[in-house]
Amino acid sequence: MRQIGWNWLGVVPFFAFALLFLVLPTMNIVIGAFQNPQGEFTLANLAGLASPRIVSSFAISIKISLASALLGCLIGFAMAAAVVMGGVPRWIKGPLMTFSGVASNFAGVPLAFAFIATLGRVGLVTMLLRQWFGINIYAMGFNLLSFWGLTLTYLFFQIPLMILIITPALEGLKREWREAAEVLGASTGQYWRMVALPILFPSLLGTFALLFANSFGAVATAYALTGSSLSIVPIMLFAQIRGDVLQDPHLGYAMAFGMIVVTGLANLAYVVMRARAERWMR
Amino acid sequence: MRRVWSWAALIVGGLYFLLPLIGTIEFSLRMRRGEYSLDAYRSVLSDPNFRATFSYSVAMALLTIVLGVLIVVPTAYWVRLRLPRLRPVIEFITLLPLVIPAIVVVFGYIRLYNTSSVLPLTGTASGTNLLLLCGYATLALPYMYRAVDTGLSTLDVRSLTEAAQSLGAGWVRIIGRLILPNVLGAVMSGAFLSFAIVIGEFTMAALLNRPAFGPYMQLLGANRAYEPAALAVIAFAVTWGCMGLMQLISRLFGTRIRPT
Repeated sequence: MRQIGWNWLGVVPFFAFALLFLVLPTMNIVIGAFQNPQGEFTLANLAGLASPRIVSSFAISIKISLASALLGCLIGFAMAAAVVMGGVPRWIKGPLMTFSGVASNFAGVPLAFAFIATLGRVGLVTMLLRQWFGINIYAMGFNLLSFWGLTLTYLFFQIPLMILIITPALEGLKREWREAAEVLGASTGQYWRMVALPILFPSLLGTFALLFANSFGAVATAYALTGSSLSIVPIMLFAQIRGDVLQDPHLGYAMAFGMIVVTGLANLAYVVMRARAERWMR
Repeated sequence: MRRVWSWAALIVGGLYFLLPLIGTIEFSLRMRRGEYSLDAYRSVLSDPNFRATFSYSVAMALLTIVLGVLIVVPTAYWVRLRLPRLRPVIEFITLLPLVIPAIVVVFGYIRLYNTSSVLPLTGTASGTNLLLLCGYATLALPYMYRAVDTGLSTLDVRSLTEAAQSLGAGWVRIIGRLILPNVLGAVMSGAFLSFAIVIGEFTMAALLNRPAFGPYMQLLGANRAYEPAALAVIAFAVTWGCMGLMQLISRLFGTRIRPT
């Protein structure tokens, strides 16, 4: 009995730290979401989330996250598949993985600057398109400070993350499966549709959920890119924390709670899907 | 045919990644009219605010690494040695910062540690610095823990501990002189990743009102044209340096640390 008591002591610093700087602050927000200013229990804050302004901010946030996760998955998958089984030289894989490691961590304010310098009104690509091809993307309605601009920017860390996660899964596809399919007379399309994709499906779906959460919680890139012109959830919460723009602190807590719910569900999907994917990866 | 598609995917993807990098570098050189110059870099590097915020963030990053190591190494070691049943719990907690957005955590800090609370950390500059430091340590927690735990898995923790104990070593000595050096590779790769995350972190520093590099970059971006591009190049170089060193070290020591 005494032994158990002493053993617990070794993890006290860790739990104290996690409690003070992770669990309690989060709990505080969650509880605040269910309280009125007098400290009584209420669901009014959650009901307040149904106001048009907040609903539209969640809608656009979810749309951007869906679009950047979907495109990130597709493009990342195509690039990873090209390297793993596409018949390109082997040496490409190393640099691609290294670069993905760097780019998936190159987010935040500098990423916004990079895209302003590239696709902003006087950015390199904008200018070159105009000078070489006479295409003025801004006259055509493109705007970096918009849904597509933000999605395009987020892809810079979404695609590398997809490549990092899906490459091991693609490498886990066994040769024997393909050979067996071919012996049975399957075409390449049939092999993909009936063997490879069903096996990869949990990995794909899980990574999609992870990418979704990844862009949903991103604040810095969006803030540096758009200031407060695009009302996505993190930006609105940022403004709320700074200056109570909703004019109701408890509505702010409810909004933060909504954010946790969305990213929490996405991460849960990732964990569940990962567990399923691992069945095939032995 | 398959090869054509593969090359197409790689070239399109490659262009997408290369163009912003080229665009940023080109833009950062455009400050002087009609010719390329390093004026934007000169302007940034000679800005006293740049130096102040950059050194503030470097100091914070180093302190974060120290705090992270102090929390993670003894815990991961102890759990492996004595409380293996607790491992899933610890692992779950270390992954929480990836689930709960940083903006929500810092929102909680502001509410929990405000000037009228039991622990009014936000009341003083040093208290807020401490709070930010702890916030950064939570951000680094998933990466740090994963790195150290992977490093520990290559050791026979029990035998090492028993050997050290039979030679008369105490706990501090075992962790400091035996375990830490043995997982140094893992700790270093976790440290470089933490450094890359903390150095340009914006949300927590901005909301806690600390003079860090991230908010400085944002402010400069809102007010200047060419300097932000130069900053982006510098930030990318720092990230690249950190990640390059990390990959080098993890290749040397044979550890993988991405928490996926």
